Amino acid sequence: MSEPLLEISNLDVGYGQAQVLHSVDLRMGQEAVSVIGRNGMGKTTLCNAIMGLLPVMSGSIRFRGIELVGLAPYKVAATGIGYVPQGRRLFTSLTVDEHLAMLARQARGKRWTPTEVYELFPRLAERKKLSATSLSGGEQQMLAIGRALLLNADLMLMDEPSEGLAPTIVEQLVATSRRLVTEGIAVLLVEQNLSVATAIAERQVVMVSGQIETEISSQELLEDADAQRRYLGVESLEDTEA
Amino acid sequence: MTAVMSGAANALLGRRGRNVPWHRSLARLVIIAAIAFVIVWVVVLASGTSAGSAVSAPSEFLKSILNALTISGIYFIVASGFTLVFGLMRTVQMAHGSLFLLAGYFALEYQLDFLGVTGTPDRGIVGWGDWWLPLVIGVVIVSGLGLFIQQVFLRWNQGQDLRQALITIAISIVLGDQMIQHFGGVAEPITLTHEIHGYVNFAGIRYGIHQLFVIGMALGVGGGLWLLLKKTRTGMVIRAGVDDTPMVQALGINVQKVFAVAFVLGSALAGLGGVIAGSSVTTLAPGVDGQWLLHSLVVVIIGGMGSLGGAAAGSLLYGLATALAPVYLPTDYAYYSIIATFVILALVLAVRPYGLFGRPA
Repeated sequence: MSEPLLEISNLDVGYGQAQVLHSVDLRMGQEAVSVIGRNGMGKTTLCNAIMGLLPVMSGSIRFRGIELVGLAPYKVAATGIGYVPQGRRLFTSLTVDEHLAMLARQARGKRWTPTEVYELFPRLAERKKLSATSLSGGEQQMLAIGRALLLNADLMLMDEPSEGLAPTIVEQLVATSRRLVTEGIAVLLVEQNLSVATAIAERQVVMVSGQIETEISSQELLEDADAQRRYLGVESLEDTEA
Repeated sequence: MTAVMSGAANALLGRRGRNVPWHRSLARLVIIAAIAFVIVWVVVLASGTSAGSAVSAPSEFLKSILNALTISGIYFIVASGFTLVFGLMRTVQMAHGSLFLLAGYFALEYQLDFLGVTGTPDRGIVGWGDWWLPLVIGVVIVSGLGLFIQQVFLRWNQGQDLRQALITIAISIVLGDQMIQHFGGVAEPITLTHEIHGYVNFAGIRYGIHQLFVIGMALGVGGGLWLLLKKTRTGMVIRAGVDDTPMVQALGINVQKVFAVAFVLGSALAGLGGVIAGSSVTTLAPGVDGQWLLHSLVVVIIGGMGSLGGAAAGSLLYGLATALAPVYLPTDYAYYSIIATFVILALVLAVRPYGLFGRPA
C-alpha cells in the first residue's frame, strides 16, 4: 500500500478524566470508508478529534503526511478535510446563499464554487435567499455538504448524514456521496444506518466502546445478521420478517 | 381555571391556537395594560407633572421625545459595541465603560492642546477640526487598547467566562485609577464645535442641532454596522461565529482574526460614544465609566445579548424611559424616575428572559 491519505494510530481521546477513545488505529487511502457502531461508541468523538475540536490525549492523526494533532481546527480544515457534522450545524442567522458566499473566496477558480454547488443541488439554488433554518431536513443536509465541498477537500468527513432524512432523500444522499468518490474525493463516513453505510463504502470499520472492534466488508456485513445485531443493535431484515 | 384564564388572555391577544401558559399570557396582559396606561397618561392625563400632558403642551412633549432619541442614540452607539463583543465571544467586557471614558479624556486633552487653552474653551473658538480630530484620536487610541486587552489578556482565556469577566473588571479598576491620576477628579466637558451648535425652528418648536447631529451619528453607526454584518464576508463570519464558533473554525476560517476585528470595532464604538456623550449629555468625571457600563448592560439585557436589532430596540426603550420618566412623573415623585428603568427590565425579562431579540446561548 502506498502512503495512506489518512492514518490514525494509537489515538486516545477523552473529556477531562473520562477517556472515550482507546488506541484507535485507522488507515485509509483515496476511497470510501464507513465507521459504524451504536450510539455512544465514540464515533462523533473520533470526528471531533480529527477536526481538532477536541484535545487529543495521545496518539497521532496524519493526513497526507501532515500531523493534525495539536493543529487548530481551521488549520486542520485547510489541509483538505471537509467536515459535515452530525446535526448539520448550519448557521441559524445566515441565508442559504450566505453559507456559501462566506467560503466563496477560497473556492474561487477551484473545482467546487458556489455555482457548482447550486448545479449539484438545484433545490438550494431555488432557496438562496431563505434562512437555513427554514429548509427541510434534506435541504439542510445538502447545504451542509455543499458548504463542506467549497473547501475543495480531498477528504469529506461526514457524521451521520442520513440521520432524520426521508428514504428518498437518503437515496439522493447515497448517490451524491458515491459521485464524490468517483470524482476522487475520499469519504470517511460515520453511520448507524446499515443500508447507507454499505451503499457508500466497501470497508466497514466497527467501533465498540471507543475501540475499533473489527473491520468487515459490506458484503460480509450484509450477509451476517448476527454481526448486524452485535455491532449496530438492529434486528436484521430476516428476523423482522420471521 | 387556568385553561380559562389562558384562553381569555390568548383571545385578547389574538393568539388563537397557540398554547401559551396562563402566567405568560398574564404577564403579556400586564405589559400591554402598562404600555397603554403610559401612553394614555402621557397623552391626556399627565397633569401635575413638569411637562404636562402631550395634548395640553405638545412642544414639551416633542422636546422630551427629542431628548429621548438623543440619549437613545448614544446608548445605541455604546451598547452596539458591547453586544457585538458579547455575541461573538461570550465575553462580558466589563472594561467597556473605561474605554468610553478614556476616549473622552483623550479627546478632551487633545482638544485643549489644539486650542492652546487650559480650561473649558469658549465654544466660539472651537472649529470643526478641533472637535472631530480629537474624536478620531480618542477612538483610535482606545481601539488599539481594546486590541491589546483582547490579545494579551482574553485570547488565551477563551470560553472561560468568569475569568474573562474578572480580568476585565480588574482592567477597569486599574484604568479608572489611572484616569483619576492623569486627568483629575473634576468634571469636565468636551466642547462641541460651534458649527454643530444652535437651534432650528420647525413648526414653532426649537430643535437643538447638536441633538439632531447625535441622532444622525447613531443612525449612521447603525446603518454602517448593518451593512457590515449583512453585506460583507467578515459580517457573515461574525454572524456565523455568534451561532456556532467551533463550526466556523471547522470550515477553515481563522476565528481569532474575526474576534480581533470584533473587539477593535467594539472598543472603537465605546470610544466614539464616549467622545459624543462627553460633548453632549455628560461631563467626564470619575465614575462615569461605571455608569455607562451599566447603561450598556441595561440596553443589551432589554434587547438581547448579541443582537444589533436588540441593541437598537433596547436603546430606544431605555432612552425613552430615562428621558420621559422625570418629566412625566407627578412633580412630587419625579425623584423616583430611576425606577422606570427597573420596571422596564422586570417587564421585559418576565416575558422574554433572553431579552427582546435574544436567543438562548
